Amino acid sequence: MVRSLFAIVMAFAVFGVLLLAIGRDPVEAYTKMFEGTLGSKVGLSEVGVRMIPFVLTALAAAIPARVGLINVGGEGQLYIGAWTATGVVLYMGVGHIWIMLPLMAAGGFLGGAAWGAIAVFLRSWRGVNEVITTLLSNYVAILLVNVFVFGPWKNPEGFGYPYTADFATEAILPALAGTRLHMGLVLPVLAVLASYLILTRTTWGYNMRAVGGNAEAARRRGIPVGRYLVVAMLVGGGIAGLAGMSEVAGIQHHLRPGISNNLGFLGFLASWLAGHNPTTIVATCFLLAVIIVGGDVLQFSGNLPSAAMFILIGLVLFFVLGFRRLDRATA
Amino acid sequence: MSTFWIVLGGAFTGAVGPGISVLYATYGELITERAGRINLGTEGCMLMGACFGFIATAESGSAAVGVLTGMAAGSLLSLIFAYLVIFRDTNQLATGFALTLFGAGITAWAGRDYVDSTIGGLNPIAIPLLSDIPQVGKAIFRQDILSYIAYALGPLLWLGLYYTKWGLSLRAVGESVTVAFAAGRNPALLQIGAIAFGGALSGLGGAQLSLAFTHTWSEGMTVGRGFIAVGLVIFGMWSPVRAMLGAFLFGGAIGLQLQLQAVGAPVSPFILDMFPYVITLAVLTVWSGSALRAMPEGLKTVLRGGT
Repeated sequence: MVRSLFAIVMAFAVFGVLLLAIGRDPVEAYTKMFEGTLGSKVGLSEVGVRMIPFVLTALAAAIPARVGLINVGGEGQLYIGAWTATGVVLYMGVGHIWIMLPLMAAGGFLGGAAWGAIAVFLRSWRGVNEVITTLLSNYVAILLVNVFVFGPWKNPEGFGYPYTADFATEAILPALAGTRLHMGLVLPVLAVLASYLILTRTTWGYNMRAVGGNAEAARRRGIPVGRYLVVAMLVGGGIAGLAGMSEVAGIQHHLRPGISNNLGFLGFLASWLAGHNPTTIVATCFLLAVIIVGGDVLQFSGNLPSAAMFILIGLVLFFVLGFRRLDRATA
Repeated sequence: MSTFWIVLGGAFTGAVGPGISVLYATYGELITERAGRINLGTEGCMLMGACFGFIATAESGSAAVGVLTGMAAGSLLSLIFAYLVIFRDTNQLATGFALTLFGAGITAWAGRDYVDSTIGGLNPIAIPLLSDIPQVGKAIFRQDILSYIAYALGPLLWLGLYYTKWGLSLRAVGESVTVAFAAGRNPALLQIGAIAFGGALSGLGGAQLSLAFTHTWSEGMTVGRGFIAVGLVIFGMWSPVRAMLGAFLFGGAIGLQLQLQAVGAPVSPFILDMFPYVITLAVLTVWSGSALRAMPEGLKTVLRGGT
């Protein structure tokens, strides 16, 4: 804990030196960044808005990681979840809000799960490593969304922009007055609680750790390893799909290209920073959200391009990962 | 000639150009993986090469300076990875990913004034006689200088890996660090060397992309080519010569997509854009069984969820 905090301070210090090197005042930049995120109600709510998809995509990496699967496909699963949730709106017509939103969430979950299923299926059937399949299927998912928003789903009244028609009020996650913080917040809260309880308080959680620790030993103890792998990946993909649903129903209110600016990739890294621990994930996602929203503040005030924040996030990762205590002797 | 044959011929002649940048990155990743490390930062290294290669060429007016700068930039980035995974024992996949993010951030920042500018860069050189062979000649012998180097590099790396002491040591480290150490090799030094060399080749691939293929720089222009390279290493079963086949298949998919778009095929351009990724995935699926047996022992723990 102390080591990690020290590492984070170091990362900010190195980034500050970089800022100095290009002639910017780091103190001013950091002050602006923290005022714009933690110093106001709007800033704080924006951090919350960003945390919703971060926490979900981080869990999407953490749950498969418990059984030893590496899911780098959060980005693609998020897109597919957004796509299927939008499909629910477009093809179901309008219903009562308490019917629409759960149906959209279910659609998003199933979409993300199905996308994750491809990777775990290829792994069980052909032994293809899931790192590569989840990685490459991200690009396919992003293009698939483009096929639809530039094609059959394009809003005819959208002045040629590649957007679907705006959702009806019944298909929108209501926001807190005066902010963009929306009801989708319940999704990560429930997901973190459920993951925490299942992983630490149930036989399933215990078995998952057994499978992740030593699959062969788990198999000999009679744990159905294959089933655990499949379910963990499906749940992971589904949770990333929920992130996609929450982005379209809570923020965008329609489907368009580029709904996720690397949310899935950042979630994966947040999960690694947290050691795949659901409660720690909340903390690492908070940190990433502050940096990302702070980056937007800095970009808005003309100080820095927002991509510069990826440098800071990269530094945070390098330092936190690098400062971990070495418990094993390096072979 | 029917449209079908025009498209197919075009895909073939177009297979080399777009494949070269990926081929370099594949060579680089292959050397890294042969030493028992998997670097997902290849994507970031390619971006570094593409961006700094472009900037250096634009500022100095010399493509050679650009190519060397691109290689140095890729290599420098990969050294961060080398330090963290070898001396700090960090997880390779997470570190590689962080490296890609870091590289994307640095290049987006450094290259922002160069977006939308074009440079001469590297242009095709036709090889006399050979380039006059119909179809094949145009496809293979009317390319930029980096493409010719890439053709030669595959067999050279193969010779290096299998017929030099250096190659033997590298492969030994990739199979078992402990055994290599016991045999008097220096595993850390060999791995650092392999990672830095791999980063340089990925940077070279990036530079080829921005200097010879697109002649422009744009943010995130590699769109997953570095990750494709990681897939092609598996497809090529860790052999540089077979990796060439994979890269040209990938290039062919891009060539086919460009051709179909050119003749106005009634298909969404985004479906065509999926070709390279889907074909890489399909090929991995078909070949995976034999590929897994060829995997260096040292990689197995990482790809099964260990550190």
